[in-house]
Amino acid sequence: MTEPTPPARPSTGWATLRTALRFRASRGQILAGLLCAALGFALVVQVRQNNEASLSGLSQADLVRILDETTSRGDALATEVNDLRGERDELMSGSDKRQAALDALRRSAETQGILTGRLPAEGPGVIATLTEPNGQIKPVTMLNMLEELRNAGAEAIDLNGHRITASSAFAGIPGAVTLDGVVLTAPFTWTAIGDPDTIATALQIPGGALAAVRGNGGEGDLQRRTKLEIRSVRTLPDPQFATPVPPAAG
Amino acid sequence: MIAVIGLVVGVVAGLLLQPTVPLELQPYLPIAVVAALDALFGGLRAMLDGIFDDRVFLTSFLSNVVVAALIVFLGDQLGVGTQLSTAVVVVLGIRIFSNAASIRRHLFKA
Repeated sequence: MTEPTPPARPSTGWATLRTALRFRASRGQILAGLLCAALGFALVVQVRQNNEASLSGLSQADLVRILDETTSRGDALATEVNDLRGERDELMSGSDKRQAALDALRRSAETQGILTGRLPAEGPGVIATLTEPNGQIKPVTMLNMLEELRNAGAEAIDLNGHRITASSAFAGIPGAVTLDGVVLTAPFTWTAIGDPDTIATALQIPGGALAAVRGNGGEGDLQRRTKLEIRSVRTLPDPQFATPVPPAAG
Repeated sequence: MIAVIGLVVGVVAGLLLQPTVPLELQPYLPIAVVAALDALFGGLRAMLDGIFDDRVFLTSFLSNVVVAALIVFLGDQLGVGTQLSTAVVVVLGIRIFSNAASIRRHLFKA
């Protein structure tokens, strides 16, 4: 109680504490120090242990419960993984099917476009130039020529810059042959894409198309080309009466 | 003073040595630490009451630790280890709180 008074009001509690904190190598002090050292050591070790492995301090029941929870959670996640994987496969195959259908449609559209004259075309073929040095070529001769080309497998046919399609028609009189209402004048230049050898052979057979041209007093010049282009196109009117048959359900 | 130094030395030793707790002791160490804390606060309170006795302190410290560990061990054997550990921690916590309140009254008169 002889200590200088603390700033607050003097208290026996603080004085006792101060007295106790005074360095005295008494038996009690040393004993308390040893025990406190043991306590601090155990405290730190336990804290470290707790941070390191939170599972090792748990009882068997807790561990079993955690294991159960983890297992059921894992099962649920595995089920979810399977579901999602199936969904993904479904979507992928669906998009594959869709893509395949689109590709098929595109190829079909290209084929149809070339065959109906909606699209420009290129490829091997022949150019047949018909002149009229000694007479005039009849419309039926031109029709004959066209049919011969078609028979020989020509896939795209152009005559003097006009695309010839399934609905093309020749009319008129010799010297004024009309194709779909357009009057054509010599020389007539047929451009046909197809197998050049087949077409050339077909046109040149005795009594064939070129023979008919010569019979009309005309001349035919035939050139085989490994690559030629037909740029002329024909816009087709939408079908007025015919509609596609709906695909079978399923 | 020596007690405070001892505490610091123990903490530093634990940090430096980084020992691993043996597997058999792992369930008991946390309870033992809490029991020792209770003994420490009890000793502090007794000191402020003026009735501190090193023999009593030693006995209460050791018996607290041993009894706490024993209760946990018994609980483990009976299959109620977790609950009994909780009970011990609750009781010791209450004791620590009441001791701390007594110390507070001594030091702050409030």
